[in-house]
Amino acid sequence: MSKNEINTNINIKDLNLWYGEKHALKDISLDIPEKSVTALIGPSGCGKSTFLRCLNRMNDLVKSCRIGGEVLVDDENIYDKDVDVVDLRKKVGMVFQKPNPFPMSIYDNIAYGPKIHGCSKSETKKRVHKALEDAALMGEVQDRLGDPAFSLSGGQQQRLCIARTLAVKPEILLFDEPCSALDPISTSKIEDLILELKKDYTIVIVTHNMQQAARISDHTAFFLHGEIIEFGRTKHIFEDPQVKSTEDYITGRFG
Amino acid sequence: MFLRPKASEKLAFATLRLSMALVLAFVSIIVIYITVNGYSALSLDFITQMPMKRMTQGGIYPAIMGSLMLIGLSMAFAIPLGILSAIYLNEYSTPGRASWAIEMAINNLAGTPSVVFGLFGLALFVKYFGFGASILSASLTLALLIVPVIIRASKEALMTVPQEYREASLALGVTKWQTTRKVILPAAIPGMMTGIILSVGRVAGETAPILLTGAAYFLPRIPDSVFSQFMALPYHLFVLATSGTSISQTRPIQYGTALILLLIVVMMNSIAVVIRRHYRNKLNR
Repeated sequence: MSKNEINTNINIKDLNLWYGEKHALKDISLDIPEKSVTALIGPSGCGKSTFLRCLNRMNDLVKSCRIGGEVLVDDENIYDKDVDVVDLRKKVGMVFQKPNPFPMSIYDNIAYGPKIHGCSKSETKKRVHKALEDAALMGEVQDRLGDPAFSLSGGQQQRLCIARTLAVKPEILLFDEPCSALDPISTSKIEDLILELKKDYTIVIVTHNMQQAARISDHTAFFLHGEIIEFGRTKHIFEDPQVKSTEDYITGRFG
Repeated sequence: MFLRPKASEKLAFATLRLSMALVLAFVSIIVIYITVNGYSALSLDFITQMPMKRMTQGGIYPAIMGSLMLIGLSMAFAIPLGILSAIYLNEYSTPGRASWAIEMAINNLAGTPSVVFGLFGLALFVKYFGFGASILSASLTLALLIVPVIIRASKEALMTVPQEYREASLALGVTKWQTTRKVILPAAIPGMMTGIILSVGRVAGETAPILLTGAAYFLPRIPDSVFSQFMALPYHLFVLATSGTSISQTRPIQYGTALILLLIVVMMNSIAVVIRRHYRNKLNR
């Protein structure tokens, strides 16, 4: 398969971002392939999480943040003035570093999005069940949907958060180091899940774990000091990096 | 003077324990003293009858009802206003000079003597708005008095709600207001209740502001509209103890009134505690 045949549905052109005076992202251009996993790797503070948060405009919450350039999602610049951020975030879901379920029951956590977005009771119920199935959590919680979300283990909570995101029916899933607070078994469950989800969703994942990037991603972007140093098929990046600093990072010489 | 660590630890612990014991002792003395002296005055007639014979006999029914209405009305004004302001300050306003100034103003208001609020209420509600000396004027005045306390407690409560809840909700394509209503507010309500509990006691006990805005010296009926004057327990107590016709003769009634006032505050606080527990249990479920 040649590169030209890959469809992309997130296209970033000359993205620059400043936190106050700090130039945190510099001239980022990147086309993210659809229905596959793209990993963002790089040392702490390199801007990969900041970049991820540009894709669903979570950076809007940071007051000192200024952005230049374009982020096209399905050919629409999400930073255009007439774009509704709320609609954007329905389309571009996000799973965070630390599992962050709401202080509600397991069921209510997942039903939260559909309910607020106006789904009927039966539609909400359908979506909750589908989301639990898709997040590979159904077997573990089907008898206790009314229990508090906090009664679940960390790994289960994270899959609950994924289910909560899926219930809103996004097209794109952003993962911000979703396994960094989890044990190895929970981590491998989430990884399996991501591999399953990429059949239906475009996935972008920030990870500190090089093996994880190698295991689950199709493409990898290496970030350093707010720039993309190298982007390509994960296989190529890990086996035959073209840039010295990429090689240094993935072989553990710094990071 | 230098003490060895173990000795100073013991001394510190003893001091802390003594302080606690002192506080407990004073509270117990007040409660026991009032209960012992007021108990004999309590009867069904005392709480259901009008004062009689120049308030030397009969009950304190209109003062009880007046105080309850006053608490209800003030809370109805102050709770929404206080909570909405706190939401604005914590969730919507951007930190800066303006919000700093607002917060300073609120803190100063919370420390303003109540008689000043009374005079303000007299000028604004009684005279300017023409509500007259009435339960409406008095309730609005008391509401202003406690709004700063409610704002402060509510804002503290909102601040303790983890930022992750906000991010999680916004990332689902939920608006800020929906997030506030469905996630942030329910998580903050138990903390907000603390401020409300404090305020109930304050409203029930304040005398100066209501004296200036609508409390009656003697009015043997229940207010039939918000523009009526009213009797209230703290003012009634003050009248009996200082300017009644026969102060020493009415001693039992005075203690009885104080006891009823105490019981009402305890009752109101218990309701608030039950609500707080309900929400806490809901959150931990």
